Parts: sequence; C-alpha cells; structure tokens
Amino acid sequence: MRLRIRRVGAVLASLAVLGGCAASPAVPSATPTGTGPAAVSGEITVFAAASLKGAFSDISAEFVKKHPEAKVTFSFDGSNSLVDQLDGGARADVLATADQPNMDRAVAAELVGPPQPFATNVLTVVTPPDNPGRITGFDASLDGKRLVICAPAVPCGNATAKLAQASGLTLKPVSEESKVTDVLGKVTSGEADAGLVYTTDAAGAGAKVKAFPIANADVARNDYPIAVVTGAGNAAGGEAFSAYVRSADGRAVLATYGFGEP
Amino acid sequence: MIRPPLPRWVRAGALLAVIFLGVPIIGVLVRIPWAEVPRLLSAPASLDALGLSLATCLAATVASVLLGLPLALVLSRGTGRVTVALRTLTALPMVLPPVVAGLALLVTLGRRGVVGQHLSVLGIEIGFTTLAVVIAQTFVSMPYFVVSVEAALRGTDPGLERVASQLGAGPTTVLRRVTLPLLAPALIGGATMAFARALGEFGATLTFAGSLQGRTRTLPLEIYLLRESDTDAALALALVLIVVAATLMALTTWLTRTSAAARA
Repeated sequence: MRLRIRRVGAVLASLAVLGGCAASPAVPSATPTGTGPAAVSGEITVFAAASLKGAFSDISAEFVKKHPEAKVTFSFDGSNSLVDQLDGGARADVLATADQPNMDRAVAAELVGPPQPFATNVLTVVTPPDNPGRITGFDASLDGKRLVICAPAVPCGNATAKLAQASGLTLKPVSEESKVTDVLGKVTSGEADAGLVYTTDAAGAGAKVKAFPIANADVARNDYPIAVVTGAGNAAGGEAFSAYVRSADGRAVLATYGFGEP
Repeated sequence: MIRPPLPRWVRAGALLAVIFLGVPIIGVLVRIPWAEVPRLLSAPASLDALGLSLATCLAATVASVLLGLPLALVLSRGTGRVTVALRTLTALPMVLPPVVAGLALLVTLGRRGVVGQHLSVLGIEIGFTTLAVVIAQTFVSMPYFVVSVEAALRGTDPGLERVASQLGAGPTTVLRRVTLPLLAPALIGGATMAFARALGEFGATLTFAGSLQGRTRTLPLEIYLLRESDTDAALALALVLIVVAATLMALTTWLTRTSAAARA
C-alpha cells in the first residue's frame, strides 16, 4: 500500500515538473539532454550482462545524479543466467544482455518488452604485458602457445569460432572457459600466453594486458540489446534507465569502456 | 540397548528435513528428459567428461590415501598444540570455498606462483594439465579421508597394538598386521568419501586447471558449460553424477555401520 502511494506521488511529481517545464520554457531544464521523464524515483533493478559491469555502474552514477529520487541496483551475471533467473520469477525492471540470442529467448518467453540495441562489442587478442609467448596478433603466432578462449557453447566462444573460421585459423586452445572473464583471468595471472576476450575486457584490464586488435573482428560482432521487463515493478524507472543508456551521455560512457556504436 | 521412543514433534521435524533435502533431487529426476538420456550421454563430450572424471578421481583418491594415511596416523597419536594446528590445517579445505582453494593453488603452483615459477624454470608447468585437475581434487578431498580415518583410529582399542608390540613386533609390523586390518572398513569408507568429494569438485578445477574437453573438463565442468546452451544434456549428465554420488555415499554409510558393528 505504501509503495503504491509512493508511486502515485512519483507520477504526480513528474506531472508537476513536466507541467512546470511547459509553462515556463525560460527556466533551464533539469535534464539538459532531455532523456526520459524528468522525475524518476524508487529502486530500479537492472539485470545486466557481466561485461557491462563497469560501464553500467558509471552510467547509473550519472543517472542518479540527474534523478536523485531513483536508486539503481544491479545484478551482473552471464546473459543466459539472467534470462533463466527472470524466467524463474526473479524481479527486475531492465534486462541488458550481451548478445541477441539470449534477448530473443527472453522476448519469446514474454519476459521483456521490445528490445533496443545500445552497444556492440568485438573480440581482441590479449597477452600478459610482457608477452611471454611473443604473440603478434590473431595469426599463426598463436600456434603451440598457451591460448585460452571461450567454449563454443557460450557467446564469446561462438564469436571466437566464427572469427577463427573467417580468418582461416585453426585454434588449439589449452582451455575453453565458460566465461570471458575467466579467460581474462588466466591471461592477467600470467597462466596463459594469450586469450581472446572482448575489447571491453581488454580496456577494463588496462595495463594488466597487452591488446592486439583484430582487423576483421567485425565478422563476429556482438550486439547488446536492452529491454524493459514485462510487468516491471518500476516500469517508468526502467524506461528512463533504458533511455538514458541509449542517450548520447550513455553512449559516451560505453565508448570509454571500449563498446562500439550499435 | 533399546532407547525410549522419540517425541512426535521430533519425527515431524525429521520429516520436514527429509522433504527439504529430497524434493530438489526429485525435481531433477522429474525434469530429466529420460527418453533422450542415452543419446545425450553417448555424446563424445559427455563420454570424455565422464572418463576424465573417473580417471582423475581415482588418481586423487589414491593420492589422498597415500598422503592422508600417514597424516591421520600422526594426528591420532598427537595431543599438543601442534596437533590442534595440524588438524585445523587438515580440515581447512573442507570449509574453504572451492574457488579460494583454486586461487590458492593458482598463486602457489601456477606458472607465476611461489612454487610454480621455479618449476616453470625446470620446464614443469602444471596449469591446464590433467595433473592440475588431480591436484585440485586431492587438495579438496584428502581432508575427508584424513578426518574420517583419524576418527576411526581414535575409536580403536590400543590394547591389541600394545600386545603385538610387547610380543616383539616392530612399529611397521604392528601397523601392517594390527592397525591397518582393524582400520580397513574406515579406510575404504574414507577413500569412498574422498572419491565422491573429488567427483563433485568444481571451483578449484575451473580456477586452477581450466576447462578443455578430454584433458581438464571434468563432469561438473561439462555440466556447467552445457547449462549455458543445452539444459537437457546438462540434466542427463547431472543424473550420472547423482547416481554415482548416491552409490558412493550408500557404500560409505554401509561400511561405517559394518565397522561400528565389528567393533561393538
């Protein structure tokens, strides 16, 4: 009951602000970029792919600055797990996956509304900073080295296989991990000579890895879609957050983390 | 010795506990695509994972017995602070999160680890090998062997050993002819428990050994991977794991009871 009162209050407040803006255009708007409704409140629960952790944390910090009434909480996990959790009845307002197939699955199960693309990601080769395997890029220099990639069953592994085929390379990894972060971990710890991770993972690891961009990486591009969850407890908040992620401000943050334009 | 009956509410509580533990297992059994199980289990990746798991767990169990038996014998005789410290150390991997065990192995035996970097110079690299899997499994499963054997040792009557010794048998003979035969059921029980624990080992293996079909991807890792793409296949493999683990635990319980009966 109290929740509902609060929500009604939020709607009234947002109407008041909108009305105020319309009535006096001379007053500078509280949201300069004009993304979403002016007043968003309450807790917004965002289920986001693990690879979005850094970018979304920054985006939410800026989002909350613009909407002080709102609070954004995250659950970062593998896209597949997130969809499973939603399917199992987990409560969330926004879903952002690292690939289209998992979002398609959520749409098919009517767990989310229409998804929108907001970022892209491509693979890159990373090595430890001192490059002990003398890797020169996504080429024959990977042969016979301790190469770690994602297993074909997971999105990053699927992309890796696609890229290898397009490049005419036969990869002989020493390990096929179930998460791209596990691949990165094996490289940053120096266990592996090289690994294939997303450019965002490489950017996030900073000086702990040396990155070698792949020329035709676009053949295995990952599209990141975002959608508001069906029957979300805070649908208005979810809409606002989703819109903010797709706004110029959101994209600028995503770009600093190595994500490409959708 | 017959004890008076338990109050009814205790039985009700026990029933609740059984339901709590049993329902998820029944849930898995209901959800398993039984008609598909033979096909799913005969997939090369499944067979590789199963074979690798059995082989590595067997190796880990042998290592647990060879290393753990002397430790259990020493612990069972000790009383001082050193023994307490040793016993704490022994039991630690049982309560550590597996990923912590894996990290500990990685930063020690990994290529840049405290010990691993010296091995690396000698050309020995453990990471990403089947040996790494066995090491991870032994690390987490040996405590189960040591703890159960030590408990059995403390329960045995020292009289027989003393008599053998007084009759002129050397320490090794006493151990071989008296202690170990008395201990046989506990040894098998402990080894079975260690095997079962090794079979379920997941976090430490993933962290330390990686995951590659036929080399380091054990049954739990294969299930974890399949879960991402093919829930049915993951469930079919889960069934194998449940059946094997249940058989092993039943065996352990039976052996423990047999040994207790033999002592009584």
